[in-house]
Amino acid sequence: MSNTTNLLTANKLTCIREDRLLFEELSFTVNPGDIIQIEGANGTGKTSLLRILAGLSQPYSGNVLYKDTPINDSEEEYKADLLFLGHLAGVKGEMSSEENLQFYLTMHGLDASVAEETLSEVSLYGFEDALASHLSAGQHRRIALARLWQSKSKIWILDEPFTAIDKAGVKKLEDLFLQHAEHGGAVILTTHQDLSLKSSNFHKIVLTHQFI
Amino acid sequence: MQLTYRKAFKTILVRDLTIAIRHRDDIFNPLLFFIITVSLFPLGIGPEANTLMKIAPGIIWVAALLATLLSLERLFKNDHADGSLEQLLLSPCPTFVLVLAKITAHWIITGLPLIIIAPLLGVLLNLHQDSYLALMLTLLIGTPVLSLLGAIGVALTVGIKKGGVLLSLLILPLYIPVLIFATSAIDAASMNLPYDGQLAIIGAIFVGSLTLAPFAVGSALKVSIN
Repeated sequence: MSNTTNLLTANKLTCIREDRLLFEELSFTVNPGDIIQIEGANGTGKTSLLRILAGLSQPYSGNVLYKDTPINDSEEEYKADLLFLGHLAGVKGEMSSEENLQFYLTMHGLDASVAEETLSEVSLYGFEDALASHLSAGQHRRIALARLWQSKSKIWILDEPFTAIDKAGVKKLEDLFLQHAEHGGAVILTTHQDLSLKSSNFHKIVLTHQFI
Repeated sequence: MQLTYRKAFKTILVRDLTIAIRHRDDIFNPLLFFIITVSLFPLGIGPEANTLMKIAPGIIWVAALLATLLSLERLFKNDHADGSLEQLLLSPCPTFVLVLAKITAHWIITGLPLIIIAPLLGVLLNLHQDSYLALMLTLLIGTPVLSLLGAIGVALTVGIKKGGVLLSLLILPLYIPVLIFATSAIDAASMNLPYDGQLAIIGAIFVGSLTLAPFAVGSALKVSIN
């Protein structure tokens, strides 16, 4: 295939957890500019799907292709182009919000000196020196989300990014997603909220319970 | 901006040391355990100097081994619980670099304090005066092996709720060669015999685990977070 516009391809993914079939032969493609919301009731495999797409879990069968190469073969290129935010924020309580963000930015080869101003984007200005263990769940989430503003990765995979985020914050994130999509990025997210995104590239994938 | 291996290593090392310093239990718990265990033996066995001299190398090494085992879980458990482990595994730097950095941090936090305090405990156990150098050398080469091999066990059990017993079962057999050669080196030193053979074997185990363990840990972590 010479079609290099596909950023990410899910190829006949089947996922089985605890002897239960979550989804079977699921295929879709993610192109630059796409915003994909994965919908479904609790326990239909949204998180499992995202973890498989990110390469953290292995599917029962099928594979995930990054620019037409299986992600297991192009691990380093894929990781450099991926931003994954799981339902755990990955924020260390023993470090301040700024140190947390700086660590993340350094590990991804980004400029760590902008951490302080980035935190003000997520309304954490004034909290940058506070230890994360003293902050609320929503603020933890915001520290994790702050990396979106600095990310140079094309593919964003976000598991419930709006959990514990207030309305103004959600609006700001939606704008950021649109901006990211306009610049040729792709966003794959799960959320139970109705998104007010007005984009022609906004798709939904609905997962349902499978009965066998 | 390209992230070099050296920079990634340094960043993770500094992060882990910062966390340990702010969370002092991590440093003091294994050290206190080490001191308390060793100092209980003279009380239990009696202050007979020759008996103590005979068992001193074994006691110090067994206590060091158990103190390391006690501290191992911390290596990946907290990172796994708050989600930073998966973020680390998804960072563009190869897994063995970050694993090696985390193991180095673990050794600095637990192994190094043990080495520093060991001669004092040697005095408490009436360790033979010619054995001190051998004790220090075996601990210096041996404790990194404990951290490296232990990391494999922790990586395998990190996803399990109560992995403590399983961890000991997995790891203790691997520790036994180090224990045997280390105590035999200290014994040889007390008899004024050369002990470089034993040191060379511990050194070989160290080099072997230094080169292979990070890859084993990386694969084990991938399995554990699946």
